[in-house]
Amino acid sequence: METAPKSGRDVPPKKDKLQTKRRKPRRYWEEETVPTRDGASAGPPCNKKNRELRPQRRKNAHILKKSRISKKPQVPKKPREWKNPESQRSLSGAQDPFPGPAPVPVEVVQKFCRIDKSRKLPRSKAKTRSRLEVAEAEEEETSIKAARSELLLAEEPGFLEGEDGEDTAKICQADIVEAVDIASGAKHFDLNLRQFGPYRLNYSRTGRHLAFGGRRGHVAALDWVTKKLMCEINVMEAVRDIRFLHSEALLAVAQNRWLHIYDNQGIELHCIRRCDRVTRLEFLPFHFLLATASETGFLTYLDVSVGKIVAALNARAGRLDVMSQNPYNAVIHLGHSNGTVSLWSPAMKEPLAKILCHRGGVRAVAVDSTGTYMATSGLDHQLKIFDLRGTYQPLSTRTLPHGAGHLAFSQRGLLVAGMGDVVNIWAGQGKASPPSLEQPYLTHRLSGPVHGLQFCPFEDVLGVGHSGGITSMLVPGAGEPNFDGLESNPYRSRKQRQEWEVKALLEKVPAELICLDPRALAKVDVISLEQGKKERIERLGYDPEAKAPFQPKPKQKGRSSTASLVKRKRKVMDEEHRDKVRQSLQQQQQRHKEVKAKSTGAWPSALDRFVR
Amino acid sequence: MTANRLAESLLALSQQEELVDLPKDYLLSGSEDEGDNDGEREHQKLLEAISSLDGKNRRKLAERSEASLKVSEFNVSSEGSGEKLVLADLLEPVKTSSSLATVKKQLNRVKSKKTVELPLNKEEIERIHREVAFNKTTQVLSKWDPVVLKNRQAEQLVFPLEKEEPAIAPIEHVLSGWKARTPLEQEIFNLLHKNKQPVADPLLTPVEKASLQAMSLEEAKMRRAELQRARALQSYYEAKARREKKIKSKKYHKVVKKGKAKKALKEFEQLRKANPAAALEELEKIEKARMMERMSLKHQNSGKWAKSKAIMAKYDLEARQAMQEQLAKNKELTQKLQVASESEEEEGGTEEVEELLVPDVVNEVQMNADGPNPWMLRSCTSDTKEAATQEDPEQLPEPEAHEVSESEGEERPVAEEEILLREFEERRSLRKRSELSQDAEPAGSQETKDSSSQEVLSELRVLAQKLKENDQSRKQKASSEGTIPQVQREEPAPEEEEPLLLQRPERVQTLEELEELGKEECFQNKELPRPVLEGQQSERTPNNRPDAPKEKKKKEQMIDLQNLLTTQSPSVKSLAVPTIEELEDEEERNQRQMIKEAFAGDDVIRDFLKEKREAVEASKPKDVDLTLPGWGEWGGVGLKPSAKKRRRFLIKAPEGPPRKDKNLPNVMINEKRNIHTAAHQVRVLPYPFTHHWQFERTIQTPIGSTWNTQRAFQKLTTPKVVTKPGHIINPIKAEDVGYRSSSRSDLSVIQRNPKRITTRHKKQLKKSSVD
Repeated sequence: METAPKSGRDVPPKKDKLQTKRRKPRRYWEEETVPTRDGASAGPPCNKKNRELRPQRRKNAHILKKSRISKKPQVPKKPREWKNPESQRSLSGAQDPFPGPAPVPVEVVQKFCRIDKSRKLPRSKAKTRSRLEVAEAEEEETSIKAARSELLLAEEPGFLEGEDGEDTAKICQADIVEAVDIASGAKHFDLNLRQFGPYRLNYSRTGRHLAFGGRRGHVAALDWVTKKLMCEINVMEAVRDIRFLHSEALLAVAQNRWLHIYDNQGIELHCIRRCDRVTRLEFLPFHFLLATASETGFLTYLDVSVGKIVAALNARAGRLDVMSQNPYNAVIHLGHSNGTVSLWSPAMKEPLAKILCHRGGVRAVAVDSTGTYMATSGLDHQLKIFDLRGTYQPLSTRTLPHGAGHLAFSQRGLLVAGMGDVVNIWAGQGKASPPSLEQPYLTHRLSGPVHGLQFCPFEDVLGVGHSGGITSMLVPGAGEPNFDGLESNPYRSRKQRQEWEVKALLEKVPAELICLDPRALAKVDVISLEQGKKERIERLGYDPEAKAPFQPKPKQKGRSSTASLVKRKRKVMDEEHRDKVRQSLQQQQQRHKEVKAKSTGAWPSALDRFVR
Repeated sequence: MTANRLAESLLALSQQEELVDLPKDYLLSGSEDEGDNDGEREHQKLLEAISSLDGKNRRKLAERSEASLKVSEFNVSSEGSGEKLVLADLLEPVKTSSSLATVKKQLNRVKSKKTVELPLNKEEIERIHREVAFNKTTQVLSKWDPVVLKNRQAEQLVFPLEKEEPAIAPIEHVLSGWKARTPLEQEIFNLLHKNKQPVADPLLTPVEKASLQAMSLEEAKMRRAELQRARALQSYYEAKARREKKIKSKKYHKVVKKGKAKKALKEFEQLRKANPAAALEELEKIEKARMMERMSLKHQNSGKWAKSKAIMAKYDLEARQAMQEQLAKNKELTQKLQVASESEEEEGGTEEVEELLVPDVVNEVQMNADGPNPWMLRSCTSDTKEAATQEDPEQLPEPEAHEVSESEGEERPVAEEEILLREFEERRSLRKRSELSQDAEPAGSQETKDSSSQEVLSELRVLAQKLKENDQSRKQKASSEGTIPQVQREEPAPEEEEPLLLQRPERVQTLEELEELGKEECFQNKELPRPVLEGQQSERTPNNRPDAPKEKKKKEQMIDLQNLLTTQSPSVKSLAVPTIEELEDEEERNQRQMIKEAFAGDDVIRDFLKEKREAVEASKPKDVDLTLPGWGEWGGVGLKPSAKKRRRFLIKAPEGPPRKDKNLPNVMINEKRNIHTAAHQVRVLPYPFTHHWQFERTIQTPIGSTWNTQRAFQKLTTPKVVTKPGHIINPIKAEDVGYRSSSRSDLSVIQRNPKRITTRHKKQLKKSSVD
């Protein structure tokens, strides 16, 4: 038993040796340590294990530190933990089998990092640097925490996978319904409503409620999961479009003449006459804006929280009947008959951007939830997917036999196109990739031509409104499996909804902030900054931040003559000038090099994006 | 000297007097007898009167000040002589006498002392006082600087500053109050009791308590005193030893040595009786000494002393005896001891030690591999390796050898390594054999093993060294040739080399089987997207290519756009074709034709380009034309300012930054500034930032709960200052921040570096002293 510690490591001298050999001056901790060790040796396996694990653990810490990309905030804590593993040992002698915090994969952390470290900052003072360091450390910490909490996203998206070479598009709804559980199977249903013509439909943000309106005035809202009808009315007027407002309690219906708002009992609350002949509706949930596109060519933004019209923009492109919103930055995309898609914000009178997409008119536009891809279909029977990240170039193009009249993206990036009485669904690889138009993922034939399409949020369900009624399809892998309970909770109670409503109203984003880059708020208004500086200089008569010009020091013994002063000044000036020239030369050379590298290198392969 | 001069001047004066006095004498001859004195006075007066007539010399004679030429009984004056009278002249006697030396000295002292300067102006004095006071107070206050800085940089300040330390109930108290109630708890307690785990009795030993508490002041003092004492004792001892070492007497040394030997023997005897184990150890020491002796050439009659004695031996009996003695001693010391049983024991010891050495490591690894912790698993293997290479060389051989055999076994046999391996294998087998045989060996004899274990250790160390070297050389080879990736994967290169490589082995080791299984799948998965992406790429290339050249932009844009919109894209093969549109090819073609015809009229592309051009023109900054037609020219109708003039008065607008859509033919991006958004943006840089990039970086992370976890949100929004309601916040005191508060400490600060007087101040002082 006592032989165990003799294995030659740097174990402190043992008790018997202590006695025989020359006595060292006693330390206040030493004498009593020995008996405790003896006492601990009552449970030899534990003790031995401890001793053996010690060096190893220290190593472990290194590795952990590498994997946890943490730098600043954790560092002062960590070494203390590892330097004296003794103190960490629990009273019972048992040991934590998972010492230290669990490592977090770097990629996940990277996902939450928002500071662009590629940009090099100008030289900063110590004070500034410390602030920057604090900011970076904070970011690091928060992103690590966020990455940790990914663990809570327990659900995983499913997908249909064909057995070797089997085309998933051949699988029909009946097969899927047969294969899935009863609860999911119940989500596939057909509403046979042949009487009131083609239907438009809309799911509420939580995905729990469904509203639909038929061309001939039939408006209904229901909890589609339980199939509980909330209201059903006939507005005795053509219904062009229907949309839930921020909650399922309010319903906007674009009728033949004006825009009406109903509550979930079917009681008409408002008739908004300033929005007339509305063809399409979009609701921007974070801004509480209802965007309406009208036959008269106006795009009107209505703030539903205060009931004011924020902006009425004339698109100057004739009748508007193609509209969709970009969920990423709340920009409205309008499709026009001249083949362009224009991007609008209530803050600007002109479109933010105009993209020429098709030779013929644009029939449908859809933007995916990450705001990266836009799908358009035109009268030239083409379906295109555009990259919205600054280039606005088509990534893939396909000609459809009949052209798509309706498009919609799902939360996980599936694209659905309604062509006549057929819907085609395409899927991409993973979430942030564009849908590949090679092979449809699913197809389905309906009883009438499609008139409205929407994927249900947080469900693998696609709602299709057509002339024969409503069809709810099962599309595996369409919806986001994990919902944010505080943001849009499908199972929320009435009380919770009310609470959420208050919070959402408090957090309402001003309409002016809608622009192409939603992170514009995290930027400094450089133009005003410069102008302010200029004004200040004008007011003061000098630049307070300018570097003081060099003033030669007076010297003694007759060396401080005017000529020598001037000479010294000139010297410094020349040196500065030379520095500048040197810098500019270096920059030029670098540019040359870059150009050369670009020209010599072949066309970058698509795989280059994976190179790190 | 001066006296002579005086005499001369006196002579000269007297002659003058005689000249002047002539008529007087003549007049007053009768009264000459009245007395010389009277006459002289008269004469003096006369002279004075005459001299006073001359305006230049008219001077009021002092009543009596110093010696003068005219030595009157009332007056002392220096008038008439060329220079001033010096005080020393007066005191100097005609003959030097010693009695005046002290006076002279005093006088010299007085002379050497400078005059007392005028006191400074009141203002200046006050200024200096102020400055000194300022320096003092800054000194005193500067000790607060770190505190202030710390408080400024602190994430959170909690007031009041002094915290009441929460009373933590000792765990044993908590535990003693707690009783096992549920059957599960009882069972657990039973188990604990069975294993004699401390449960109720004080879980914290006094040591732990002591270590939990910080070292108290008294303890620290005691320790310091102890250390001091030890140091002092050591120094005394050293001094003594040095002194004794210096003693040259051989006899003395001999005596001392003998005394020591005797003492040692006695002690050994005692020890043998009291503590045989310790005695054995001592014996070992003696043995060691013997070994040393055997190694050395001492006592072999080869030293200087021995040689000299050898010469003397013929004649001197004593010398001969001494030599003999030495030889005898040599023999005694170098006699080989042969104790069979002991050697056996030694061997057993080595075996045991070795057995202790290696299997520990093995056990460790296995234990960890069995453990459920995935990341422990990964790291532990690498750990053992690292530990082996760096710290504990005796641990190395086993795992390393395994590795080597695994990685290298078939691929390319390295000769040396193999030899080493074989050696090692032999050793292991031997050990195993001995292990079997010596199961029954009592484990009592530990003391004798030390030396043997040392030997083994050294051997192992050498082995490890060799192995390591081999490894390194191999690694170098591998890296230079870049041949076999497996080698590198199996054996992680040192950390500095490549982090990527380092990461890989970990994964391999942990999920080895898994990866082997999934490798093929993985590759397939990775390869799948490639063709798709490439297809897209090729598709995109014709569209994108014209973006690069800028020269023929306008023309190419047209073509480009045409391309973009009219490219033949593959049609989708859909299973379900819309029912209405179940057309045959011909019909389809017809329809296409129809569409073409329908769009023939409106050239979408041209319209778009035109629009874009207009927008670009509109967004360009305008030049300012300041020409005044008719100015400096002939007036009249139909004036046209000359081109030269126009050029001269045209202010060109600065060219703005390039448009974002410059290279995007199918896009028009609005470049107008969004003032509504700008109203919400920051427009003034806060203090420490000098460039907006710096500031932007600090506001990138959102702090709302929408984007953060609850914890992170709470941390990001902690208030800077927290106060407790109902508590008085006292101003900060020195004790709060760990300073000893006393006015003396403040003073001491000042006294230690007496007046860091500024240069200006010094100058001023100097100036005043000069004045």
